[in-house]
Amino acid sequence: MPPAKRLLLVSGLFVLAATAGYWAAKGAHTGWSQNRVPVSKTDEVTGIVFTTYADRFVPGIEVLGAGGLAATCLMVAAIFVRSKKPSSPHS
Amino acid sequence: MKKHILTVILSTSLASVAHAAPTAFDFKDPKGVNAIQFSLDSMLEPIAGTAGGVAGTVTFDPAAPGATHGKIVIAAKSLVVPNATMNEHLVSPVWLDVATNPEIVFELVKLEGATTAGNVTSATATGKFTLKGVTKEIKVPVKLTYLADAFGKRINKPEVKGDLLVIRGEFTVNRGEYGIQPGKNEDKVNTEVKISLAIVGSAPKA
Repeated sequence: MPPAKRLLLVSGLFVLAATAGYWAAKGAHTGWSQNRVPVSKTDEVTGIVFTTYADRFVPGIEVLGAGGLAATCLMVAAIFVRSKKPSSPHS
Repeated sequence: MKKHILTVILSTSLASVAHAAPTAFDFKDPKGVNAIQFSLDSMLEPIAGTAGGVAGTVTFDPAAPGATHGKIVIAAKSLVVPNATMNEHLVSPVWLDVATNPEIVFELVKLEGATTAGNVTSATATGKFTLKGVTKEIKVPVKLTYLADAFGKRINKPEVKGDLLVIRGEFTVNRGEYGIQPGKNEDKVNTEVKISLAIVGSAPKA
């Protein structure tokens, strides 16, 4: 296998694994990405349940999708990398 | 002696009248708890958020809950959803156009069918609801909880006297009827917007 082809395949697999790992580690959120996370709290005197927001990024499925797409592109590109033909002795 | 008894009766009567008098509750909450919650279904997941800029005054008399009146105003720019891009779209001219329509308002016209159990009054509030500059009359089932002398406890100053009024309610509006993308993107974002509120008003006593 030519080194360029191997590099593209390995890069594709790395991007896929890294994206999936990052997405899973950040909570495996199956909705859109969140720039702030809602946190429910209760006011003791009134019993009102209210929402505050914690400023942290939670990647959503579009991040997973983008990583998957990038990995696919790299691996498809690897298909088009051809082996160098050995030079003919008659030429 | 007669004069003394008369004075006691008179002052007791005045005190009870004063206690039963309608009280104006300010809904600009010093603890920042007040918010309206909204949600609507969309393609991937429901879009849910809050609007924390609540203000307004409601006048309530526990002895005559049917006479309750007032207005709740929400700053449209205080609408927040967890996704920043979605938030930008929400307040943009395409959706709520908060620059042109800075307030979302519910003006209570009348409170019907009020029944009180303990300190909780259940009723149907009829009012004028204004969203994106469009005003429509709507009916909202509400629960009003009157918490006498709870103001000081809530702000961790028991020596401060005052009452609280908690209003809870839930209703649904059709976004198209309020000029929010009427007939558009209905396959992606539901037309029905569920709005729920649980807000507290304070009436400190001097």
